[in-house]
Amino acid sequence: MAISQVAIPEVAPASAPHVVLGQKTARKKRVVGIGGWILRIGLAVLFLFPILFMFVSSLKPDQQIFGDLSSIAAFLPIGNISMDNYAAVFDRVPAARFLVNSIGISAITVIAGILVNSLAAFALSRMRVRGKTVILTLIIATLIVPFETLALPLVWWVNQLPSFELTELGFMFSKGWIDTYQVQIIPFVANAFSIYLFHQYFESIPKELDEAARMDGAGWFRIYRQVVMPLSGPAIATVAILTFLPAWNSYLWPLMVVQTEELRPVMVGVQYFFQLNVSWGEVMAYSTLITLPVVALFIAFQRSFVNSIASSGVKG
Amino acid sequence: MRHAKKRLIVASLVATSLVATMAGCASGAAGGGSDGNNGELTVWTHNGGNVEELAAVQAIVDGYNESQDKTTVKLQAFPQASYNDSVIAAAASGKLPCIVDIDGPNVPNWAWAKYLTPLDLSVDLDENLPSTLGIWNGETYSVGYYDVALAMFARKSVLAENGIRQATIDQPWTQAEFGDALEKLKATGTWTNPLDIGTGDVGEWYPYAFSPLLQSFGGDLIERDEYQSAEGVLNGPEALEWAEWMQSLATDGYIATKSGADSALDFQNNVTAIQYGGSWAAANNAAALGDDLAVMPSVDLGEGTKIGGGSWQWGVTTGCADTEAAMDYLSYSLSPENIAAVAVATATIPATDAAAALVPGFEEGGNLAIFREFSAQSAVLRPETPAYPFIATEFTKATQDIINGGDPQDTLDAAVTAIDANIKSNGGYTQK
Repeated sequence: MAISQVAIPEVAPASAPHVVLGQKTARKKRVVGIGGWILRIGLAVLFLFPILFMFVSSLKPDQQIFGDLSSIAAFLPIGNISMDNYAAVFDRVPAARFLVNSIGISAITVIAGILVNSLAAFALSRMRVRGKTVILTLIIATLIVPFETLALPLVWWVNQLPSFELTELGFMFSKGWIDTYQVQIIPFVANAFSIYLFHQYFESIPKELDEAARMDGAGWFRIYRQVVMPLSGPAIATVAILTFLPAWNSYLWPLMVVQTEELRPVMVGVQYFFQLNVSWGEVMAYSTLITLPVVALFIAFQRSFVNSIASSGVKG
Repeated sequence: MRHAKKRLIVASLVATSLVATMAGCASGAAGGGSDGNNGELTVWTHNGGNVEELAAVQAIVDGYNESQDKTTVKLQAFPQASYNDSVIAAAASGKLPCIVDIDGPNVPNWAWAKYLTPLDLSVDLDENLPSTLGIWNGETYSVGYYDVALAMFARKSVLAENGIRQATIDQPWTQAEFGDALEKLKATGTWTNPLDIGTGDVGEWYPYAFSPLLQSFGGDLIERDEYQSAEGVLNGPEALEWAEWMQSLATDGYIATKSGADSALDFQNNVTAIQYGGSWAAANNAAALGDDLAVMPSVDLGEGTKIGGGSWQWGVTTGCADTEAAMDYLSYSLSPENIAAVAVATATIPATDAAAALVPGFEEGGNLAIFREFSAQSAVLRPETPAYPFIATEFTKATQDIINGGDPQDTLDAAVTAIDANIKSNGGYTQK
């Protein structure tokens, strides 16, 4: 009892300010936390506005889109709402065909890109190659040349390549890749940044694993396939995303090398709506349609997406 | 290991020789790769996404294919905004089709670059509106089904309420009258900028719409005798007057330095009181405003009302393997019925009187005949010189700078220097 009597006054004066301070800190933390959330939600809404505007406008007739511009109604699905613009999109543009083309082109570019770039990076990282530092430097150096500079020479170059065609007479050779699917894929498979990303990641995987595998009789390709690649999930995801986005958004190149409508990707389709009288509702409906696959992909691979942007931002 | 290396080297050599052989075969076949072989020829059009015009052109192609069995014509559509880039890229890679669509002012440049061959048609082109023919160095390289015109759109009720006279072809607004009208409209406070001249549209609109205003002041983009210099015409006293007037429209708050994305929709929504726009906006404006819509000629700034001339036209390329078939198709396509069908689909001005008689509204006294009169009386072709694309770019930059407050004389002088230097560096664009 005496102890408790002594103990209580000893503890009480010391703990009272501590509790008050703790409460204050907790309250402060809570306020900062709530403030942070409000700020984040505010920023999210701000960044969501263009997408919201695009979607809402896709449901309105042109005159209403412009009539609503000066008020909050521009972001609300109110007034004369319908799916007419979506129906009109399919009359104006072979949207389904363009979507299928883009999905195919992007998917093949991503898969081939992962294979080719990881193989190149593997060779530079694990195999004994004379002058590999110089080779890697040269590969990275190509990053400073913008694509726009290379576009015209590349058009000439791809037009010199041999092409195979299966006709009723059998296999035929012709010259030039212009107006094909492969011209939209092959030039973008090998990518300096992807090689660099893979190379840096492979460098972080212990080389002792290779030696152990070699002791077990594995060749280089088996080490690549069964040791290094299974450990490189994050690098593969990053490269996949960073290859997919430009492939999906590709505009200038297909504009230059694709002549047949059936071979065009989605981004070229946007131009179909810019006539002398522009139908803005249809522009918004088409934009919504071609944004959906990217949004779906983002939701599915959100974590990898953010990591890839962060890592490319730091390393690039 | 050594054997594996040998195998690799042998395999690489075989693969390399195979590719080289294929490339050799391919080179041999390339000569026959131009369009027009095997009784097939391709027509490229800028109508991708323009459902009505594309359908009308497709109907002409189908009609031609049914009318004979010697040649099959195939139509390939591109979106207008990127059409020129596609043609230039195709020309660079030797993949042009037999027949191309061309925006009128670009014809001399494409003819000079040897993309186009002079037309040899079985129809009489004398019947066509002059602005529907692409002529360079005395040769006709292209022909169009239609033309478009510039006009002033306003609400009759707004003009009446503010005591503003409705302009007519015989009596267009003078500069002073136009200034007075804008002052009155601005004073009402209803419109931030009462006039919309499409400053937000930076494509071909600037030279198409604003060079006629310059010409109405007495200036021009280039001297039109030899097409060798812009000195004195694009930076002379008349051009300076035009530049100062354009700048005053912005400084007085009559126009926005960058107008909205769609001038017609802004006008229909009463965001602006007067729209200076193309005849293609007439149908939508009429649908929105009905009888209240006033369609007026452009303002007379001293040297008479001027509007731009020359729209999309058709030409035959130099690489076409069957020029005769291409000319035959073009001749077929120029029948009054075909021209009328395209004009109906596009609400444009038919190229010939015979076709105009078949288009509702364009017959004499029709509600659209006013645009044909504008075109016939006031159209000025953009300079028929291969230098035009460069001139257009410089003029666009200069006009933007002037509207945004740049010194008029300095800006015009800089444009003239650039244009003259370009012409000189291209040997005067006389021949390539």
